[in-house]
Amino acid sequence: MLVSIYRYNPEKDDAPYMQDYQIELPEGKDLMVLDVLNLLKAQDPSISYRRSCREGVCGSDGMNMSGKNGLACITPVSEALKNGKLILRPLPGLPVVRDLVIDMGQFYKQYEKIRPYLINDAPAPAIERLQSPEEREKLDGLYECILCACCSTACPSFWWNPDKFVGPSGLLQAYRFLADSRDTATQERLSGLDDPFSVFRCHGIMNCVNVCPKGLNPTKAIGNIRTMLLQRAT
Amino acid sequence: MVTQITSFGRSGLYDWMMQRMSALVLSLYTVFIIGYLLLNPDLTYTQWNALFEATWMRVFSLMVLLSIGVHSWIGLWSISTDYIKATGPRFFFQSVCGLAMFVYIVWGVQVIWGL
Ligand code: SF4
Ligand code: SF4
Ligand code: FES
Repeated sequence: MLVSIYRYNPEKDDAPYMQDYQIELPEGKDLMVLDVLNLLKAQDPSISYRRSCREGVCGSDGMNMSGKNGLACITPVSEALKNGKLILRPLPGLPVVRDLVIDMGQFYKQYEKIRPYLINDAPAPAIERLQSPEEREKLDGLYECILCACCSTACPSFWWNPDKFVGPSGLLQAYRFLADSRDTATQERLSGLDDPFSVFRCHGIMNCVNVCPKGLNPTKAIGNIRTMLLQRAT
Repeated sequence: MVTQITSFGRSGLYDWMMQRMSALVLSLYTVFIIGYLLLNPDLTYTQWNALFEATWMRVFSLMVLLSIGVHSWIGLWSISTDYIKATGPRFFFQSVCGLAMFVYIVWGVQVIWGL
């Protein structure tokens, strides 16, 4: 099988280039893309990429596989092949550190901006803040995000304004805290989002929903934030 | 919170609402004009003229004119902040758009109200 990998080492290369590798895969087994990368790294130790859990829970190995963002560890080669060829590139839109490794600084900055932690002014109870099963249910489909950045780096609005538009991942988390019955900063949080960029740069293209490896729906969360802003203003 | 002085209103929600409402006015007008033309296959000049003489039609047309201004300003402003990264050219583009919309609205008012 032919694997084409985006290579760039800023210390040596003037410009990025695609390098082709030929690899024999074991018969009758559908490997994951990460397995193929590991085999290739044994051939050429200079290939760089991030990975850790190899089972879709840590969010380290987000990359662009034949044009679609996803986690290499849970994407079967058969799904990522395009015309018999596997093309691996770093996630688009963020600066490349080396090969498939990107600088996630801008992505985390947006995450930090939405204050991803519970804010509650009431004195803490002796044991814990309780939630009813119904209140807890509201967080389903939100808390599972592993911050892999597959969605935000697939979003054109995030490509053009990564410093101003929070992006699908950050907004999904913003809604996770807006929807939490234990959080008391709802009004402050909404005020921080009511500008022409943070939320409203989303044009509902749904690239984010299309790529999320955890099957989450940031577009729906963004719609819910918009509804909350609307309810507050009317 | 991102502040931007060239956006239409100060708030994203307000811009978003205006974009939706102006779109509604524009589509109602389009449907009305197309419907009117279909229902009056042998339309005469006098009939067409009388339609635009009516005060309600003038008000409706004026609303449409203002909606075009608002809708295109918000849209073109978004496009310029997406694709034109250098401040100078972006400001120039926004100024040209703003000026064009102002001229269209003043001119349109003259035409509609027969001034
Ligand atoms: S729906 Fe919104 S957040 Fe998701 S990819 Fe499209 S513009 Fe980006
Ligand atoms: S929403 Fe999905 S794609 Fe986006 S960061 Fe979270 S897990 Fe990754
Ligand atoms: S290695 Fe952890 S998500 Fe793929």
